[in-house]
Amino acid sequence: MKPFTYERAGSAQQAVAAAARTPGAKFIAGGTNLLDLMKLQIESPSHLIDVNGLGFDRIEATPDGGLRIGALVRNTDLAADARVRRDYALLSRALLAGASGQLRNKATTAGNLLQRTRCAYFYDTNQPCNKRQSGSGCAAIEGVSRQLGVVGTSDACIATHPSDMAVALRALDASVETIGTGGRRSIPIADFHKLPGSTPQVETALAPGELIASVTLPPPVGGRQIYRKVRDRASYAFALVSVAAIVQEDGSGRVAVGGVAPRPWRVEAAEAELRRGAAPVTEALLAGARPTAQNEFKLLLVERTLDAVLSEARS
Amino acid sequence: MTTNHDEPHGLSRRSLLKAGAATASIPALAAAAPATSRLPALPRAPDAPALMQVGFTVNGQKHQLMLDTRTTLLDALREHLLLTGTKKGCDHGQCGACTVILDGRRINSCLTLAVMHEGAEVTTIEGLGSPAKMHPLQAAFVKHDGYQCGYCTPGQICSAVGMLGELAAGIPSHVSDDLAARPEASTVEFRERMSGNICRCGAYSNIVEAISEVAGLKT
Repeated sequence: MKPFTYERAGSAQQAVAAAARTPGAKFIAGGTNLLDLMKLQIESPSHLIDVNGLGFDRIEATPDGGLRIGALVRNTDLAADARVRRDYALLSRALLAGASGQLRNKATTAGNLLQRTRCAYFYDTNQPCNKRQSGSGCAAIEGVSRQLGVVGTSDACIATHPSDMAVALRALDASVETIGTGGRRSIPIADFHKLPGSTPQVETALAPGELIASVTLPPPVGGRQIYRKVRDRASYAFALVSVAAIVQEDGSGRVAVGGVAPRPWRVEAAEAELRRGAAPVTEALLAGARPTAQNEFKLLLVERTLDAVLSEARS
Repeated sequence: MTTNHDEPHGLSRRSLLKAGAATASIPALAAAAPATSRLPALPRAPDAPALMQVGFTVNGQKHQLMLDTRTTLLDALREHLLLTGTKKGCDHGQCGACTVILDGRRINSCLTLAVMHEGAEVTTIEGLGSPAKMHPLQAAFVKHDGYQCGYCTPGQICSAVGMLGELAAGIPSHVSDDLAARPEASTVEFRERMSGNICRCGAYSNIVEAISEVAGLKT
């Protein structure tokens, strides 16, 4: 790890101001991904602003019947919250499918959204990686790409976003509330994660020094909520493919997919096909996919996983 | 057997190492002190380590430490407080050997900074029990042979303590059938909930037996 100075922020305003005046500063909350990356010098902030004391650790009802989740709510607490388990089971299920008990006890809601890809070439500092070092090239495209993205990728980067939670939030139409030097704003989850294009190092819509305060869920939509994760071992592994589905009694619904793209992957137009089954939905969902020879299997795996999910929803 | 295996000749390898570490640090401190007191305060060079004071309680004992900000909680426990029961395996949160209980919750101590835990309460394997008065999980691991080399064992036991607490608090898991119901103790639940602790010797079935006995599960 490179040396860094450290401060505990007492308020959001203080944290945002410190980030604005300190080049090379980063916020730290759970730290489970940031410290991992700092040890490998993939991240090397010169200053850390600890935001754990800001009080964004509550889950509150919103006036319209939704739920506002503080940025610092730990993954364990979010998954175990009675309202989330009852009204947003998809979110509980996605959280519980990710990481380990120890990590979920530390990892925060905002940090989960901001975690970096687990692409092996991003992690290996001996390899070129456009996300880690802009313009250095992508070793993954011609490399071992079994785990990597099939859709929404670019010639510069085929990394996937690793979060399970974000896939559920995408299906639930969540929004992300932030605080920056210019004030507060709300970002729809659909716009939060960026596609790589020619700038894979730009991963989110956040401006430098902008701080996530909360994530808001709209009022519950009901339906059968199922999160199915397919991975190389039964627990504690990233998804090859995951499917988050909300299926209503009339057969309509929503589908978001993880493990296939640089962001939680949802194509609203594909959901019109839900009553016709998994194949037409998948075709529309993965239109324009550019898999590698090693991860082409994911196209069929998405269809079959979705088929299993739809069967379960109907049962 | 009445022999204390740790200290067969009144001096163990571990206490010898501790003594060595303590004496090694004294001359370094003595040499540094006059130099710093004579020099005017200079701005910190960009690449120089930053030092900070932090205080927390470990196994009921309060500690004040002056640490490089980069020091993980794991390194603070092992290298500064010489509590070497907590192990460093992967140092990246993938193996669980470093699991400790922080403010009542199990965490990976390798993935958190010591300076982030002002006022915190930490319990390590040394705080759970002693050879003379073992924690029920420690005793059960011995009884069921829940290890082979033993390196992952402190993390397994701290994790199991935290895990049983989570189950008792009604926190669901990936294998809990009904999110609306309280999760029930079962070997399936234990296996899922302990997946953050890797045992390269493969003592998993015995670990599950040890945990099952303490949880009162009929196996």
